[in-house]
Amino acid sequence: MVTYPAAVTDDDLVFKALADPTRRFLLDLLFQRDGRTLTELESELAMTRFGVMKHLRVLEDAGLVVARRSGREKLHFLNPIPIQLIHERWIDKYRERHSSALIDLKTQLEGMA
Amino acid sequence: MTTTATAIGTTQVYRVYIKATPDAIWDAITKPEWTERYGYCGRADYDLRAGGTYTGYTTAAMRSMGAPDVAIDGEVLEADPPHKLVQTWRMVMDEGMKAQGFTRVTYEIEERKNGVSRLTLTHELEGAPQLAVLMSGGMEDEGAGGGWNWVLSGLKTVLETGESLDPAGHQ
Repeated sequence: MVTYPAAVTDDDLVFKALADPTRRFLLDLLFQRDGRTLTELESELAMTRFGVMKHLRVLEDAGLVVARRSGREKLHFLNPIPIQLIHERWIDKYRERHSSALIDLKTQLEGMA
Repeated sequence: MTTTATAIGTTQVYRVYIKATPDAIWDAITKPEWTERYGYCGRADYDLRAGGTYTGYTTAAMRSMGAPDVAIDGEVLEADPPHKLVQTWRMVMDEGMKAQGFTRVTYEIEERKNGVSRLTLTHELEGAPQLAVLMSGGMEDEGAGGGWNWVLSGLKTVLETGESLDPAGHQ
């Protein structure tokens, strides 16, 4: 039987948040220009205000978006750190193994010659 | 990330969750024995009271490449340990960035559940577009480090594991 860890980790929240085209689009919008209001973001999407709010909420829960109040407005900022951490955890690690495997192969082949 | 394809906003916000107490995070930001272990690895010198000076020094490696002693200067505007630090912040290593003047950095530390604290850094970069590119990591490929993203990931790693993120990668 396969068992899963009971706790939902930060990584789970980030992967789940990224597994949706609308949410990736919202992140790209903030990447282009950071610190936008809900109204500004909503104007770029064919979706209700409530729908956009729901997506932003998922991004905020995953830490990918940080909302800050500025006077009467709520501004949304892209927070790149969760993606950086996933990069370190899931990408650098496998890349290192891949390249060290190639180095081992090279050493072995050269040793045979 | 390329510098040309990205329109950089005037305020940048970074948030990271760290399995550490607010006191430990406060020390990692303000004490030289910690600041030498992550990010740009320069020694920080803080006079932690409103009006106190802040100096961020270069590393020996940077000086060997001709950098001056001081990398960053600024003034503490508000120090409420271990929860909030507000300061001005000016990169003085580069004449162009120095000329763009002082920016403002706010660190906010909040205790969460299960021994986790949340660190939020807000950098207000009005009038300093060049520094905004540097701090967003846009000059990493030129060997200028990965900006706040990289600094705060390193801070998290050093507090949680006691190890430096990228000991060989100091610029």
